[in-house]
Amino acid sequence: MSTPALAARPAGFFLRRRRTYRLLTLPAVLVIAAVIVFPWLFTIYMSGFDWKIGSVAHFVGLSNYTGLATNQRFLEAIVHTFYFTALAVVFPLLLGTAAALVFHREFKGRGVLRAIFTMPMMATPVAVALVWTMMFHPQQGVLNYLLTSVGLPPSLWVYSPTFVIPSLVMVEVWHWTPLVMLIVLGGLAALPTEPYESARLDGATEWQLFRHITLPLIAPFLVVAAVIRTIDAVKAFDTIYVISQGGPGTASETINLYLYLQAFAFYNVGNASAVVVVFFIIILALALLLLHVRQRTKWVAA
Amino acid sequence: MSDHPDTLRRRLLQAGAGAAALGAVPGAGLLSAQAQGAFDWKKFKGEKIEIFLVKSPRGDLLTKYHKEFEDLTGITVGSEMIPEQQQRQKAVIELNSGNPSFDVIALSYHVQKRQFAKNNWLSDLRGYINDKSMAAPDLDFADFAKGGLQYAVEPDGRVMSLPLNLDPWVIYYNKELFAAKNVAYPKSFPELVEAAAKLNDPGKGVAGFVGRGLKNANVPVWTSFLLGYGGTFTDSKGKLMTDTPEAIESARMYQTLMAKYGPQGVAGFNWNESQSLFLQGKAAMWLDGIGFAQPLEDPTKSRIVGKVGYGVMPPGPKAQISALFADGEGIVATSKKKGPAWYYVQWASNKANQTRMLQAAAGAPVRNSAYAAAQASSDFKAPKEWVDCMLKSAAIAQPGLPIIAPVTEFRDVFGVALTNMINGADPASELKKATAEFQPVLDKSEKA
Repeated sequence: MSTPALAARPAGFFLRRRRTYRLLTLPAVLVIAAVIVFPWLFTIYMSGFDWKIGSVAHFVGLSNYTGLATNQRFLEAIVHTFYFTALAVVFPLLLGTAAALVFHREFKGRGVLRAIFTMPMMATPVAVALVWTMMFHPQQGVLNYLLTSVGLPPSLWVYSPTFVIPSLVMVEVWHWTPLVMLIVLGGLAALPTEPYESARLDGATEWQLFRHITLPLIAPFLVVAAVIRTIDAVKAFDTIYVISQGGPGTASETINLYLYLQAFAFYNVGNASAVVVVFFIIILALALLLLHVRQRTKWVAA
Repeated sequence: MSDHPDTLRRRLLQAGAGAAALGAVPGAGLLSAQAQGAFDWKKFKGEKIEIFLVKSPRGDLLTKYHKEFEDLTGITVGSEMIPEQQQRQKAVIELNSGNPSFDVIALSYHVQKRQFAKNNWLSDLRGYINDKSMAAPDLDFADFAKGGLQYAVEPDGRVMSLPLNLDPWVIYYNKELFAAKNVAYPKSFPELVEAAAKLNDPGKGVAGFVGRGLKNANVPVWTSFLLGYGGTFTDSKGKLMTDTPEAIESARMYQTLMAKYGPQGVAGFNWNESQSLFLQGKAAMWLDGIGFAQPLEDPTKSRIVGKVGYGVMPPGPKAQISALFADGEGIVATSKKKGPAWYYVQWASNKANQTRMLQAAAGAPVRNSAYAAAQASSDFKAPKEWVDCMLKSAAIAQPGLPIIAPVTEFRDVFGVALTNMINGADPASELKKATAEFQPVLDKSEKA
């Protein structure tokens, strides 16, 4: 900073420059304040009110929050969200990595197959959900037709409280495994070849190569994929809303679905705001956790 | 300020009788209106109004004929038409702001009636109805089905809208399956359950009964039974009556029909899953709104064309009632163009439009005369049995959902209870839990 040339300048110059910097950041600050900070503060403010659109708002302090803490349906929604998210992150990650390893190898028709494999990603989520709804139909759906034609008993899929979340995850897996594959493929392409050559000379098996060289080297990419998948899975709404609407009963009602009901079906704006704040805290905690994991993998990889 | 209901009824009848007399004159109708002198379609020539419609076959039909209204009245119509869910959300937000962008709004009574009434969002139409210079001679209340008028009129007698379309719940049944097992169409609730038991044949993939099991959507299936058992939604003081013996019995009937004689996975069925099963001939009976005749009789979609029976809801232990949904159009209270808006509202529900609605299979008109008029035309395709079923059902129809502001929450809370019952929960304890959960919501909505 303090090179002799700069030191020769009058002190006011720096002050003025600093002021100019501030001025230049002003547009960005204003935009962020208007579209992020203000709605955020206003949501917190509204969460202190008992307000249903069409009626008068009453200030109720924290009672929306205490209500949520004892609301069984909301607590179940949190559990459903975590259950759904865990499955919808782990499976695409496993399958996506496996697919990436396969597609990283040289074989005939690889380009075409890769393109085919990435196709689900390009489809509109709502359209995907509608098609899967038809396939899940317990009497007329193609899935049960396939099961019964190979002698397996039919399943109720999304029409059963027990299977609804795993079935919804199936749709997510189908839809988003290609994304994970693309990220991991990028990682694989950047790997150096020397460690493999020297390991082979030392007589390492294929599994050892993967476990001790490939996996640690692509770990940062896996974490990126996991972060993206987690964000997507936590906020998943369209697929669930279209396929099961949170049902049967409330068996697949995630926080998002619950929030939608409170805000846009019941117009309980105060309560919905409280849900948003709680949801925000959960997401924040999750983000911190993932960042922490990411830091660690960086260190391991280096 | 409010009239006694009886006074209003008399006035409506008077208005109706007058209009009916005119209608009896051959050729009377739109043309003769001018000859009457008092009423003039061109009165608001040059004005412009905004209409807020729901995207549906009915909304499409009205939009298609807006030009006709403009030519008739000289009023310019601007209209917006969006899907039902979004329309309801937008309506609440705009009306709540006190400065909505529309003069006329289409509303679904079973969801929005109490909400609109409580917030005074609509204007009272009685002034126009009783003013001979404002009411078109075609407006004939005797021609409107009772269930529709019940929905349009407030308990204190104010008329807040004109009904357009009725959706009474009926039982579609597969005549071929009934004949194969030698079962007659049920004449009582026990017979209904018995028929479902006899017709249920899981080995052949045939369900004895199908209906909505999906939460929220499933509530009218239960209330169809509840009303027959003599049950009500609330007492006069606003206390929920949804855990009474009648309510529990009707819920048990719902549970039996759905869980025992319904298809696998019925807990997640909405009307579309039910319809596709019935279309394939895989369900013997299907309880739902009356508007599904068109797909059922369409050979490109249905495997049971010509085999569909249209059954009126059989009498329950206490009453024979068809649960009713309906929609209509009202004028926004803050509108500055109420005159032209009223012209639009009465045009929308006139005989010509009501007949068109039936001919286009866009719904079941609220005006009885539309049925005769439509049947007289050669291109009318709906089976006569359907028309009979509609007229009979409309005559015994009563609101299928409570007339309260938080209808959606009611449907959600009781919908979850019903879905749980399909999955084996006890009706009595589920209803008790749901009633306890919903009572405070209802209390709050009426207090605020």
